Amino acid sequence: MCGIVGLFLKDKSLEPKLGEMLTEMLITMTDRGPDSAGIAVYGADHDGRAKLTIQSATPETSYAGLEVELSGRIGAEVSLRVKDTHAVIDLPEDKMLEARTALKEMRPETRVMSAGEVIEIYKEVGLPGDVAERFDIPQLTGSHGIGHTRMATESAVTTLGAHPFSTGADQCLVHNGSLSNHNSLRRTLAREGVMTETENDTEVAAAYLTWKMQNGHSLGEALEAGIDDLDGFYTFVVGTKDGFGVVRDPIACKPAVMAETDQYVAFGSEYRALVSLPGIEDARVWEPEPATVYFWKH
Amino acid sequence: MQTFDLGEKGLRAMHEELHAQTQSTNETAWEIVNPKGSHAIAVGLDAPIEVTVRGSTGYYCGGMNKQATINIDGSAGPGTGENMMSGKIIIEGDASQYLGATAHGGLIVVKGNAASRCGISMKGVDIVVHGNVGHMSAFMGQSGNLVVCGDAGEALGDSCYEARFFVRGEVKSLGADCEKKEMRAEHIALLKGLLEEAGCDAKPEEFTRYGSARQLYNFDIDNAGAY
Amino acid sequence: MTDQKPPHTTPRQSATFSPDVNSDIRRAAATGIYDIRGGGAKRRVPNFDDLLFMGASISRYPLEGYREKCETSVTIGGLHASNPIELDIPITIAGMSFGSLSGPAKEALGRGASMAGTSTTTGDGGMTQEERGHSTKLVYQYLPSRYGMNPDDLRRADAIEVVVGQGAKPGGGGMLLGQKISDRVAEMRNLPKGIDQRSACRHPDWTGPDDLEIKILELREITGWKVPIYVKVAGARPYYDVTLAIKAGADAIVLDGMQGGTAATQDVFIEHVGQPTLAIIRPAVQALQDLGMHRKVQLILSGGIRSGADVAKAMALGADAVSIGTAALIAIGDNDPKWEAEYNKLGTTAGAYDDWHEGQDPAGITTQDPELMARFDPIEGGRRLRNYLKVMTLEAQTIARACGKNHLHNLEPEDLVALTMEAAAMAQVPLSGTDWYPGKPGTGF
Repeated sequence: MCGIVGLFLKDKSLEPKLGEMLTEMLITMTDRGPDSAGIAVYGADHDGRAKLTIQSATPETSYAGLEVELSGRIGAEVSLRVKDTHAVIDLPEDKMLEARTALKEMRPETRVMSAGEVIEIYKEVGLPGDVAERFDIPQLTGSHGIGHTRMATESAVTTLGAHPFSTGADQCLVHNGSLSNHNSLRRTLAREGVMTETENDTEVAAAYLTWKMQNGHSLGEALEAGIDDLDGFYTFVVGTKDGFGVVRDPIACKPAVMAETDQYVAFGSEYRALVSLPGIEDARVWEPEPATVYFWKH
Repeated sequence: MQTFDLGEKGLRAMHEELHAQTQSTNETAWEIVNPKGSHAIAVGLDAPIEVTVRGSTGYYCGGMNKQATINIDGSAGPGTGENMMSGKIIIEGDASQYLGATAHGGLIVVKGNAASRCGISMKGVDIVVHGNVGHMSAFMGQSGNLVVCGDAGEALGDSCYEARFFVRGEVKSLGADCEKKEMRAEHIALLKGLLEEAGCDAKPEEFTRYGSARQLYNFDIDNAGAY
Repeated sequence: MTDQKPPHTTPRQSATFSPDVNSDIRRAAATGIYDIRGGGAKRRVPNFDDLLFMGASISRYPLEGYREKCETSVTIGGLHASNPIELDIPITIAGMSFGSLSGPAKEALGRGASMAGTSTTTGDGGMTQEERGHSTKLVYQYLPSRYGMNPDDLRRADAIEVVVGQGAKPGGGGMLLGQKISDRVAEMRNLPKGIDQRSACRHPDWTGPDDLEIKILELREITGWKVPIYVKVAGARPYYDVTLAIKAGADAIVLDGMQGGTAATQDVFIEHVGQPTLAIIRPAVQALQDLGMHRKVQLILSGGIRSGADVAKAMALGADAVSIGTAALIAIGDNDPKWEAEYNKLGTTAGAYDDWHEGQDPAGITTQDPELMARFDPIEGGRRLRNYLKVMTLEAQTIARACGKNHLHNLEPEDLVALTMEAAAMAQVPLSGTDWYPGKPGTGF
């Protein structure tokens, strides 16, 4: 039960303002989700480099000396930017797997928020405005991003329960609604070797999409398959390295509004989230149809 | 004209003023500026006043309205005009889902499109949409008229009772127990009046009427699949 | 010698295919429709009878009965509302619709409740003049169907109860068969006369707690933040549901267990969906405590409350008040053995009559038939309800005094023991004679 915002920029001149625009949109959704907030931002692509965003409840100890240790361990240059409880590790793309394995050993208390060439995910417990400030979200630049404010339904109010959920390299998912068959699906996925860390229904949806894509589905096909396999009420917004998608369940009663202009495609749980966008007065505004996958790509 | 800045003074102050208006008020024209998609704007009004909201509104604008005319100079959020009893709501832009849910009377006009579940459980209201309506519109509609000048989405009029639906364009699909009906002279006359009042120049003859097939009114095991 | 039959066993009925089960199968085969009935769960479930108060002796001192005061008043909805509801007794009358009940029956509920200093509640079908006129405190239910929903009545209400669910049918809508859709009922609900009325299971213009918060805002703005807003939920997932109702801004929570009645629903729903009243109260209180809202947002428990002992036990487990429906109907004359001959004609017997939806109630309460309705005297009905409410209150006070309490709300879980393992686990009070209950933290069970 939550608020969702999303912004996919077509006009490159808006990219420096992505974080600022998303933050403003996110804060309007505070009432829908006062428990926790999160944001995924897709930044610039640097050839051969990748980003790993991690979180720790004890950032002082977790991140102390990590840059040097990790460089030594994987035999490559890494740089580390600490932002509150999160840290973004910049590393060679081909060292990602090695780095994740090393981190598990060296800093078992850290959790991976996202991994990929361009994605960074920040999420924490608290009001959206406070969370955005802690991570300096308004300063972030990029081509597209997704934000989420959470009112927890059945699972705990924790950082790990916050959205967005990472669904694979450069992929993420946010959700408004409540799934009704996620427990069975979690067990099915576990038998397939896809593990989830929380009791959260959204994490199962994210893991399901990851699993489908690992088995050769495109994101669009995975979302289509989800319409059959995921039961309950949902509006999902997903991000990929160069794309942005939306799908609602066949009943479609959780709110969703979309707007498109020559400059951007935007998503909001309510129209309020979109009112500050440039040129919104003349945008094409509509509500996505049930059981229909919408997708935009750069 | 009284102008009220919602962004500055807030919802409570706005309703204290609007609810203080009585049958014989002289302050009949109101303008609400800076709505910014706020929820529950101009709800529970009960006086012959005209309120114009300059901008888009959130959930439930004009909810439970009686007598008042409310103009929304923008788009309207979910549940606009829910359970309206009388009066009028005119939306210049689009309307979100649940427009006029359970409304008992009055007229709602949408100049743009209305989203899903337009007129859900309508109980006597008239709704005229210049554009299209989304899926499950008029679900369990009990009475009143839904006029759609464009197209209707899936499952129009599912499980409806005695509400009437007039659609000019395509209907993607009809819901359970909803069927096409004959357009008789009385329907043309009714529709003509509604279109005129809604400022719509479509011709009544171009519309098709739909309504309840009345097969689900009393339980019959042979219809079990439709419930 | 040769004509002697070999010995055989006595006829033996199957426990699986019992006579009751077989009659259900034959009924389904003959009619092709599921069984619809009124009332709550009839199966035995762990309940308040499985709990006992320990009373006082040397370590605790009792209060003198009838002389040393034991207060019973309760204030509901003071958190956000400027006019909270003040009740003399913590026993309210639950929502029951005009339509399922006759106008005079609603009047009797209003009369009885008002004389006893408590509130009554409308139902799925709007507010009638009989009811408003005879109820000093009237709670207006706001239901998915919105039958008879009217802003004038909303403004005449002393509190608003947003109904999300009902203990008899969590996740289900209502049903009123054609026989009961009289002219007056049809007019109030904007329906054709004589059709089966189906009520929705979800509200038409909101879904989930994030939307509910906005709906509550709208209701408060319409009523000027004066009256309390209750949220009624079925005993489904009480910890989460209570948490979310509070987050959405409720002033009070009405929590209804599976023994709670309904006017008409599928028997399979009543008997197989939902949790016993005894099992839902502790998770609900835990949710209130975790949010620091216990005794600030009131918890009204309902579903099979019958006596002052039940009231005292519900309050000891953390409720602020209880609500009665079925018990109130019995008090005013429902299922009275004096109509036995007529119950027999309907193929049933006093106490078992539950086809309330068919509108043939011999007692004239759950009907819209003018002749049957005329049998029921609302003034006498009101008096009987008042008496019953007074007795329940006296009983609860008797128990509270015996536990040394000068107010019913000072009863605590620690005043109770359980007779069965099930009740001990559900109520989280020790099994009688032990200091243990299943699931007690730190005990490894």
